[in-house]
Amino acid sequence: MAQPTSNSFPGNTKSSGYVSRLYGVMILLFLVLMIPGLAMSQQAIPVAEDPEVEKRMIALTEDLRCLVCQNESIAESRADFSNDMRREIREQIHANKTDSEIIEFLVDRYGDFVLYNPPMQTTTILLWFGPLILFIFGVWFLISYIKNRRIQIEEVTLSEAQRKKVDALLNEENK
Amino acid sequence: MRYLMPLIAFMILAVFLFAGLSLNPRQVPSPLIDKPAPEFELHHLHEPDKVFSSTDNVGKVWLLNVWASWCVACRDEHPLFVQLANSGLVPVYGLNYKDESTTAMQWLRQYGDPYEVSVVDVEGRVGIDYGVYGVPETYVIDKQGIIRHKQIGPVTVKSMEETIIPLIIELQRQA
Repeated sequence: MAQPTSNSFPGNTKSSGYVSRLYGVMILLFLVLMIPGLAMSQQAIPVAEDPEVEKRMIALTEDLRCLVCQNESIAESRADFSNDMRREIREQIHANKTDSEIIEFLVDRYGDFVLYNPPMQTTTILLWFGPLILFIFGVWFLISYIKNRRIQIEEVTLSEAQRKKVDALLNEENK
Repeated sequence: MRYLMPLIAFMILAVFLFAGLSLNPRQVPSPLIDKPAPEFELHHLHEPDKVFSSTDNVGKVWLLNVWASWCVACRDEHPLFVQLANSGLVPVYGLNYKDESTTAMQWLRQYGDPYEVSVVDVEGRVGIDYGVYGVPETYVIDKQGIIRHKQIGPVTVKSMEETIIPLIIELQRQA
């Protein structure tokens, strides 16, 4: 079979059929490649009317826990609960509430647990200072370990005979 | 000493991990306990032109059960509420949360209607005030309109018999 690009002679029905079929395949391929584009355009619908409000809302919700899917923030979560929270926060921003007022509103209802950045309290002291204590303990452990090792590895002085042997071996290698 | 230190470290870790096993991350302590129940006025489910106000119930101990026809776990606890309502111990009020009214009423016909009144919270706004994040949830509210207990998730025979009913009886004794 000849190359498809080379036989565009009129009258060569067989090869022109081949070319049009190739075009058909290419158009089909093009359309198939368009499909993800369609899917994208559908997902992009729920964009806020007011980008300023949205920006503030996202900044706030990134530090808030979605109580339904607990390892996600409200900003990330697709849960119904988070949708409601985002709606609520948008409304409160529109009502000119400050960020701290909004946070307080949520903490009053859901407790400190909604905050990814918990306040310092008697119940959270371990949470706040636990890592520091572990770090200090780790440093102390490391220092004492290294000190112990230094004692174990004593300086070894070579005798004259040993030194000669070492020199001989090294010279042998350098040859 | 060489084996003692890792052992001690392991023991400490094990104690923490073991304590962690008995904690339920879903049981978020509600900040609303011992606080006045948020006031609301909502339309009845069965008679939409009637309005129920939470302040109507001042002077009696009552339960507020958050439910929905789409909530599968509600079906588990529902017979317990039907039983409780039949006993006449305490009035149970339903907060129909983010539901379709016709399906909600059909659900009650099918599984029984223990509620004095069911009120409709289509958008879940009263739900936010009550810190609802999962359905079902149940609140025990005392004569002064203060929330005394919150059950997150379905009420079980155990929690009903050991916590909720004794609490209701005690609260009813109080002035």
